[in-house]
Amino acid sequence: MSTIGFTFLVAFVVGGLICVIGQLLMDVGKLTPGHTLSILVVVGAILDGLNLYEALINFAGAGATIPITSFGNSLTHGAMAEAEKHGWIGLLTGMFEVTSSGISAAILFGFIAALIFKPKGKVD
Amino acid sequence: MVIVFQSKPSILSSGVVVGPLEKRSVFQTYFDKISTDERLQKDSNEKGNAVLISDACQIILNKSNLKNLDIDYLLGGDLVNQMTPTNFAARELAVSFIGLFSACATSVSSIVIASLLTELGASDFSIAGASSQHNSVERQFRYPVDYGGQKPATAQWTVTAAGFVLVGKHQPKLPYVEAATIGKVIDYGATDPFHMGGAMAPAAFDTIQAHLKKRSQTIKDYDVIMTGDLGKIGLKILIAMFAQSGVKKEDLSRFRDAGAEFYGEDTAFLAGASGAGCSAAVYSGYMMEQFKSGRYKRVLLVATGALLSPLSFQQGESIPCTAHAIEIGMG
Amino acid sequence: MKEQQYNTLKDQITPKSPIAINCLKAFAVGGVICCVGQAISFFYMMFFDFTEKTVGNPTVATMVFIAMLLTGFGQYRKLGQFAGAGSAVPVTGFGNAVVSSAIEGKTEGLVLGVGSNMFKLAGSVILFGVVSAFFVTLIKLILVSVGVAAW
Repeated sequence: MSTIGFTFLVAFVVGGLICVIGQLLMDVGKLTPGHTLSILVVVGAILDGLNLYEALINFAGAGATIPITSFGNSLTHGAMAEAEKHGWIGLLTGMFEVTSSGISAAILFGFIAALIFKPKGKVD
Repeated sequence: MVIVFQSKPSILSSGVVVGPLEKRSVFQTYFDKISTDERLQKDSNEKGNAVLISDACQIILNKSNLKNLDIDYLLGGDLVNQMTPTNFAARELAVSFIGLFSACATSVSSIVIASLLTELGASDFSIAGASSQHNSVERQFRYPVDYGGQKPATAQWTVTAAGFVLVGKHQPKLPYVEAATIGKVIDYGATDPFHMGGAMAPAAFDTIQAHLKKRSQTIKDYDVIMTGDLGKIGLKILIAMFAQSGVKKEDLSRFRDAGAEFYGEDTAFLAGASGAGCSAAVYSGYMMEQFKSGRYKRVLLVATGALLSPLSFQQGESIPCTAHAIEIGMG
Repeated sequence: MKEQQYNTLKDQITPKSPIAINCLKAFAVGGVICCVGQAISFFYMMFFDFTEKTVGNPTVATMVFIAMLLTGFGQYRKLGQFAGAGSAVPVTGFGNAVVSSAIEGKTEGLVLGVGSNMFKLAGSVILFGVVSAFFVTLIKLILVSVGVAAW
């Protein structure tokens, strides 16, 4: 039981910290959300290239798989796994093997949402 | 820059139509119609914007017992690209139409041109004004309304409103346009689209000073100088600029801003209201009533506009702004 | 008033972003969202036969589904105003960006409106994700071929 509690704690802290980095990029760096998220995705890719992101996932679980950085990691991971197996061709084929869930889900649910919902100009 | 109207064209009537959220405005009793649907029962925000305009114009026609055939010119604009809502409303009204774009300063620039046409003798009755619709402007300039972006305290809320007035030959016991100043484009290098007040304040300052100088007036000659949508922070900045230029503290209280006051103290609206419909709704409805009730005798209405586009911002440009002023007297 | 003088005045009067509080809020909300993701992962692993390696896919899909509901009902917008990066950085923020753009485009129909506009906010994330993955792998491939690094 205590290990489950600890898992949640680590997920909370690591996920929270990645978000804080994003907040600093937006507030101090004055970057738009688009720029900020693009940077974080690239960071995730680079960290996987350095073999560091998988270690982070083992340590923090959802704290590392839920932030958008994991997107860069999955794409790079898929490409590297294929490149390791098949060399240069693998580089191209491996890219979308592992990440399809995030994009497909967003596309599908975005479509469904467009059918059901209407944008409302509500304030809090 | 400064025009003086010898014939003193009168503001004969007005029509103000707003969306459901604008019920929360402190000026709500001065709106002619508050719609229950932000799209005015149309299937798109832009089409709803067009109905805001045509409804406001129809209210003017009803109030003054006129038909659209009696109107010489319709002048107006909005914030959507190519001003499509105003174009489509003009189609409904079937009146000679001049579309204008001064961003949120269109409420005043349209009245200036209408006054010129009246002064020239080319127009007996002209309808002038501006409008905005919240969702269509957010789509145009910022993010989808359901997007979870974080707006800073300097951000303003675009109102859903259309404010139009009927301009005609001078008549007694009605507010009239005595003079106007067409603003220059002023750019002090502002780049934050979430801080429009800070971008537009220099333009308001420049136009007000030009008007006062040419008219040999001081701030004391006016009951109120009301800017369009500098917002709470932009108004503070403007007042600070005048304080630094030597205006005494008791005179600084003559400065008001439609956007800063629009939603009152409700912090959900951050720095206040903005949009072409903001100044249009407040000037056409509330302000004109203050004249008729005798509270004000001379007012300077200074509508402010930010002349950026989403593309100019993405191309790294700063935000050029302008402010147009009309001097309204009571006769 | 000169431009320099004006900008100094503007900076004095303009309220600064409460950076510390924003970071605290982002930390808290981002952390909670990741915990929700963790709980969903445990759920899938317990009841559905997924392993730690394969549970990422259904977890992310479920999180995006939740983001869709919150976006459609206007709640993600409120969360975003409060949490800033705390709701934008998790994959739910990606879902919110796509879904909100899709809903907005509805008035121009499914093809020209929804289809063309859906990725206007999220497109850069996909672009840079793919491009950086390519270049990182390319560099790694070169380094491995040369014998400087190992997979």
